[in-house]
Amino acid sequence: MMYSEKVMDHFMNPRNVGEIPDADGVGQVGNAKCGDIMKMYLKIENDVITDVKFKTFGCGAAVATSSMATELVKGKTIDEALRITNKAVAEALDGLPPVKMHCSVLAEEAIKAAIEDYKRRNGLTDNNGTCEACCRRCEDIHHHLDGED
Amino acid sequence: MSTRSIYLDHAATTPVKPEVLEAMLPWFTENFGNPSTVYSIGRTSKKAIEEARETVARIIGAEPREIFFTGSGTEADNWAIKGAAYANMKKGKHIITTSIEHHAVLHTCQYLESEGFEVTYLPVDEYGLVSPEQVEAAIRPDTILISVMFANNEIGTIQPIAEIGKIAREKGICFHTDAVQAMGSIRVNVSDLNVDMLSMSAHKFYGPKGVGALYIRKGVKLTSFMHGGAQERGRRASTENVPGIVGLAKALELADKNMDEHNKKLIALRDRTIAEIEEKIPYVRLNGHREKRLPGNVNFSFEFIEGESLLLMLDLKGIAASSGSACTSGSLDPSHVLLAIGLPHERAHGSLRLTFGDGNTDEDVDCLMEVLPGIVERLREMSPLYEEVRSRKKD
Repeated sequence: MMYSEKVMDHFMNPRNVGEIPDADGVGQVGNAKCGDIMKMYLKIENDVITDVKFKTFGCGAAVATSSMATELVKGKTIDEALRITNKAVAEALDGLPPVKMHCSVLAEEAIKAAIEDYKRRNGLTDNNGTCEACCRRCEDIHHHLDGED
Repeated sequence: MSTRSIYLDHAATTPVKPEVLEAMLPWFTENFGNPSTVYSIGRTSKKAIEEARETVARIIGAEPREIFFTGSGTEADNWAIKGAAYANMKKGKHIITTSIEHHAVLHTCQYLESEGFEVTYLPVDEYGLVSPEQVEAAIRPDTILISVMFANNEIGTIQPIAEIGKIAREKGICFHTDAVQAMGSIRVNVSDLNVDMLSMSAHKFYGPKGVGALYIRKGVKLTSFMHGGAQERGRRASTENVPGIVGLAKALELADKNMDEHNKKLIALRDRTIAEIEEKIPYVRLNGHREKRLPGNVNFSFEFIEGESLLLMLDLKGIAASSGSACTSGSLDPSHVLLAIGLPHERAHGSLRLTFGDGNTDEDVDCLMEVLPGIVERLREMSPLYEEVRSRKKD
């Protein structure tokens, strides 16, 4: 399995790592059992994402997709950010190995979860607080590859 | 950045020793004859194979006619297990093995389950040990085969093979051991151990890839694995891999000769690494048994981080290592071995296996310890799990 240079760059020099103590929206997706957790913090002013930080437990691709996702959402309106797909994250990294595509899905879901949290805090949604991404089971996001061990 | 390259994955494979390569070379070019032919050049090849067979037999305390060369350790395991199962299916269809076997054994047993056999996968304790009592308790009237690995490839735990062999012998049940990781590190005598079948693979003890051997005790019933010509007394057809077989025997001979010195060196490197990791890095756990452990094996779980990230960062520093992480294999679950010794998934994901070998030195451990604590810390700083622990500590 080979990572692109861009993935390795974002893994070795991740952009926007850290926390925002007074974040306006925080989203966490994945779980430790599956081997990856992404937590995203957003600072939002007038519907525009002015700052973003992340923390990730996971493989090289998980770190790289988190890093790329933060770059993609920075400066965007929340509506624009909500339209960012996992494919866009993967493409911005010059692609991911097929077994790692689930990491880009997590990155997309982390953005959505953080925005959802922001909306909830500000009464902008009637969603009662469950985020489907957080409850997703590993089996749904991981790809099975038989005979690879 | 360091340009040194340090290989710490000898359990995956080892480099071929120069003496081994030298012994193999003539059998590719000038002595290329097919051992099954009658003319001189073919007879020379046949003689080389028989000499190799005698060498292997002598080292493990067997008779030459009990040694069968195969294409790999995996093939030896497949042959032993399927061969014994099918040859004895009229007597019974129950097999006993452990939950921490290599996939060459586990997946073979699972295949046999689909063929109507019943398999008991014995659990192991927190160190990865299976007890002879457990084996004894699992034996049923229809048990036809017991297969327990000699030493584990991931955590290095060495099983009480002689005690299990004694039980199997008393009950008259065929006993196979996958000794792929043990050969070259542990002195093996098949008579003392009461082993009926034993698998080995040359590339784990500085021999070539693509060749292994199966010891089959005289009288043990086994169906043939490869059907074809009369090679290996008709039990494993296909033209012999003469250079590989010569290489396997030479490698085993050297390993046997140098074993004490080799082990002493590896144990020193291993124990120093274990001590330094435990001293310098918090939230770690040694996986496997401290004493009943392969000389070159170190396996740690680092909490709050994931194994592949660790391996990538080590690789960028020129260090080649391995992990029990799911991410390195592309499968969903982390190592079945680490789960079997009771590790929760998240800790099994954060494991690192370092396996020392011939070429390693104390300087390699210096280099490793120079970079490892920083890498672990860096990944933890990035981890939301570590953040939770730290904020809990503050409260």
